[in-house]
Amino acid sequence: MLWRLFAIFWLCCSPALAEEEQVVLGLSQDRVAITANFDGSEILIFGAVKRESPIPSGPPLEVIVAVAGPSSPVTVRRKEKKLGIWVNTDSVLVDLAPSFYAVATSAPLTKILSDTEDLRYRVSIERAIRSVGAAMHIRGAQDFADAVVRIREDEGLYSIREDTVAVDEQTLFRTSIEMPADLTEGEYVARIFLTRSGSVISQFETTIDVRKVGLERFLFNMSRQQPVWYGLMSLVIAIAAGWGASTAFRLLREN
Amino acid sequence: MQIYLPIAEVSVNAFLLLGLGGMVGVLSGMFGVGGGFLMTPLLFFIGIPPAVAVATEANQIVASSFSGVLAHFRRKTVDLRMGTVLLTGGLMGAALGVVVFNYLKSLGQVDLLVTLCYVVFLGVVGGLMFIESLNALRKSKKGTTAPPARRQRGWVHAMPFKMRFRTSGLYISVIPPMLVGLCVGVLSAIMGVGGGFIMVPAMIYLLGMPTKVVVGTSLFQIIFVTAFTTMLHATTNYTVDIVLAVLLLVGGVIGAQIGTVIGARMPAEQLRVLLAALVLVVCGKLALDLLLQPSELYSLGRSGGH
Repeated sequence: MLWRLFAIFWLCCSPALAEEEQVVLGLSQDRVAITANFDGSEILIFGAVKRESPIPSGPPLEVIVAVAGPSSPVTVRRKEKKLGIWVNTDSVLVDLAPSFYAVATSAPLTKILSDTEDLRYRVSIERAIRSVGAAMHIRGAQDFADAVVRIREDEGLYSIREDTVAVDEQTLFRTSIEMPADLTEGEYVARIFLTRSGSVISQFETTIDVRKVGLERFLFNMSRQQPVWYGLMSLVIAIAAGWGASTAFRLLREN
Repeated sequence: MQIYLPIAEVSVNAFLLLGLGGMVGVLSGMFGVGGGFLMTPLLFFIGIPPAVAVATEANQIVASSFSGVLAHFRRKTVDLRMGTVLLTGGLMGAALGVVVFNYLKSLGQVDLLVTLCYVVFLGVVGGLMFIESLNALRKSKKGTTAPPARRQRGWVHAMPFKMRFRTSGLYISVIPPMLVGLCVGVLSAIMGVGGGFIMVPAMIYLLGMPTKVVVGTSLFQIIFVTAFTTMLHATTNYTVDIVLAVLLLVGGVIGAQIGTVIGARMPAEQLRVLLAALVLVVCGKLALDLLLQPSELYSLGRSGGH
């Protein structure tokens, strides 16, 4: 009963909340299976803008697509020269950093998204990383957050590709997001923003499921859930391989 | 062919791993060493996380040592009694090593510790071996053979708890072999090596064991110590990557057999000079990494739950 009341309430209110322009989205795949020979994946993200009224005049509609992998805390360490050798000294814990982050836009990001909107929706790479806990006593705490971005950009995990979303007639849009081979498992969140003159007028969110499957899944689960058996299995394989090679070569040499 | 490693969570070329395994296998067969001291740095280099590289390499050494020790059993060149004493020390050392490893991992100093261990031990062992084998080469060219050195009767023989080791023809205290085993166990857990390159000289120069039983006995105890290390890493850190291990050991065991054949055809002194040079090159490379300013001063570590 309560649920039904809530539903009616929702129905009454929703037209008022409805945005004028909404995203209708399609994905080429909503799950990525990490198999033994997984070599990266390309996901096609396409959609249309649904609207009841004619296209508003003024600045054109722009589209931003951001795909983020599961976030986790990251310890960033800095090397310094001590006693003639380079050792890790200071470290900063970045509270949350996505394992993967890709942004595709239909025009340069700073032109189509104002700074305040970026702050609110955390779209740009720098904003997607949260580091409030950076200790104040360490000089250049911001350098540590920058280092996360720089290192992961070099590894192809973070990327921003401007002008890679194609928008037709302010209605249809499409882009592709490339995912590297070194993916972490989890729910990847794809966010699509429609902007006009720097402000977000509509947003849509969907998830892409990235999972290890088959043998990869089996081995990973086993290593965490039955570590003793997993270790023993590794040893049995090692001993069998050692014995097999030695016997095989002895037979080869004798013949 | 790219292959995704389930534990390391990186994608690497399978043929590259087979090739690396094979190459290190040939060297280990030629020189009678496990090859861990070469393989572990190579794995770091191709982007395997250090913790996974060290744990997985321990597993691979089980395979190559087992393959090697079978040949020595057939030739009856394994001192089981000495092996067991070394092993007792080795297992304690390995447990200690894993504790130290995990502690330093939490401090973020594990890379430094591993690299320092490599530089120090490879430098010392490589340097000594290089000088010694060059001298031997020079002498063999002159055609004069040095008089056989007398067995030292130093502090090793003055200790209590004496035991008779028939295969080695020794009657010594069990404390020195225990200590040697302990040290090598610690190193094996920290560096992801079998420790043969330290064990073998220690057995010859410190314990005075005859050279012919040294390699077999060292292999015998390395199997157990590295198996134990593998289990410890697998149950405490979950860092043994079985797919990586299989690829490395397939290449490794085949390479080792080929290496043994090559090794048997080369003169022993030249072989030792080559091995010493190889050890020094690896040592020099690692030392440079410590001394030169790295291009990236920052590094990322996983923290908390993964």
